[in-house]
Amino acid sequence: MSLDKATVRRIATLSRIEVADADLEVVAGQLSGILNWIEQLKEVDTTNVAPMTGGTDLKLQWRPDVVNDGDKMEQVLANAPDGHDGFFGVPKVVE
Amino acid sequence: MTQLTSFTIAEAREKLAKKEFTALELTDAHLAAMERAKDLNAFITMTGDLARERARESDKRLAAGHGGALEGIPLGIKDLFCTEGVLTTAASHILDGFKPRYESTVSQKLRDAGSVMLGKLNLDEFAMGSANITSYYGPVKNPWKAKGRNVELVPGGSSGGSASSVAAHLVMGATGTDTGGSIRQPAAFCGIVGVKPTYGRCSRWGVVAFASSLDQAGPMTRTVRDAAIMLRAMSGYDPKDSTSAQLEVPDFEAALAKGVKGLRIGIPKEYRPAGLSPELAALWDKGVEWLKAAGATPVEISLPHTKSALPTYYIVAPAEASSNLARYDGVRFGLRVEGKSLDDMYAKTRAAGFGAEVRRRIMIGTYVLSAGYYDAYYLKAQKVRALINQDFTDAFEKVDAILTPTAPTPAFGIGEKSDDPIAMYLNDVFTVPASLAGIPGASVPAGLSADGLPLGLQVLTRRWDEETLFRVCQVLEDAAQFPLLPAV
Repeated sequence: MSLDKATVRRIATLSRIEVADADLEVVAGQLSGILNWIEQLKEVDTTNVAPMTGGTDLKLQWRPDVVNDGDKMEQVLANAPDGHDGFFGVPKVVE
Repeated sequence: MTQLTSFTIAEAREKLAKKEFTALELTDAHLAAMERAKDLNAFITMTGDLARERARESDKRLAAGHGGALEGIPLGIKDLFCTEGVLTTAASHILDGFKPRYESTVSQKLRDAGSVMLGKLNLDEFAMGSANITSYYGPVKNPWKAKGRNVELVPGGSSGGSASSVAAHLVMGATGTDTGGSIRQPAAFCGIVGVKPTYGRCSRWGVVAFASSLDQAGPMTRTVRDAAIMLRAMSGYDPKDSTSAQLEVPDFEAALAKGVKGLRIGIPKEYRPAGLSPELAALWDKGVEWLKAAGATPVEISLPHTKSALPTYYIVAPAEASSNLARYDGVRFGLRVEGKSLDDMYAKTRAAGFGAEVRRRIMIGTYVLSAGYYDAYYLKAQKVRALINQDFTDAFEKVDAILTPTAPTPAFGIGEKSDDPIAMYLNDVFTVPASLAGIPGASVPAGLSADGLPLGLQVLTRRWDEETLFRVCQVLEDAAQFPLLPAV
């Protein structure tokens, strides 16, 4: 498995991480190296094996679906790079 | 008076109760040690003023005779635990200036038990690493050095600051987190005890998430008893974490004296790869002999899917990380780098805010979860994970505990193995399988290499059976007589 530059560009876009054109080659090489190494899993027979989807064997805890917290606008916005008037500020999205 | 930094938690607990010294004196002695050992770079943030304030409160409670289980004990908190009003960075540039408005459940429990936080400990960025060299705040140094070589060694990772500060007697204990070995491997490299409890034993609430089905907090201390004391205070059901176990927390310390007589100890043949250092192989054999002498029976076992554990981990963990780390978007907290549009701002913020290893893992995770590759990589890995889990379930039909080396080598030099991600990943070859299975594991310092560096042995037990884990660890500790101070 060897990733080409176009694939790396697509992964970078999906990941929302800017990768400069000049770096695509290097990143492609590193990611391909890791993917080639994990390819070895193909040799393992997993016919009729159910996937293990979490870390615990216990039933996950549920709680009643009711509001039990809230009214914390000041705390929620306290760490925002651009929080004001009760909102998170972002670059203009709609023209 | 003996140096106040020389005591174990158990000893200090007794001496504080007997008023041989105050919590404030104990805290001040450790703060002074931290100041002298700044060169280790074990701390990202030191909270001396807060610590002295809390130590004074501890002294009041001790005087009134109602101190908690860790009253007045100075601890370090890995900088992955959110601490109210105190900078929390996950060793990443992207969390610049982040001061949580809430406290993680584990650090809150430790506060409620009366412990005194001395500061926030350095780690690999977002706990991704095995040498503590990926921190935005610079590498941590191991207080140990090889005989005759003046080379700075890594403390292991990702809980490198925790391991280094405990080994150097800057704190009496520290919290760590373990996703694939991040408590056990640094504990082995720095000659201390590190315990990763069963997945679900400690709440993950308020711990910066890396891979949610694997992340688990645990104690790092200089003795097995101290780890038992600390784990009890950290554990317990938390309604804020849906994977937190609603089970009674045992008195782990009470289990220590029970010994290993009659226990069957599994020795997995797959943990003896061709490249295993002869020193480690010999130490492992010695560990088996110690347990035998204490009345346990060694049994050879097979964990046939061991070799698949590391590649499985490097699909599952990055996949979960890529979704967990989606929250770092320059909007809600931390760093923002302005861009031409919202998407451009996201991409520039994340490129500048994440280090190379974190970017690499997010991209691998994104790829293995993307349309057309999900089944071939992610689903496949989840199935192999089930087989690895089954290996342990089968083994625990025959044995009560498993003994292995913790890491394939002792600590290496800062800068070594840093060009080759896979060489770095191999550090966790013996610790990752237990992480995937969610079973408890611990590393105990068991001996020194020929050039004087700590070597650790790993003990694994069934889910929720940390008591047997502590019993085996105690016997190993008693037999090994490992020095409590680095021979620098």
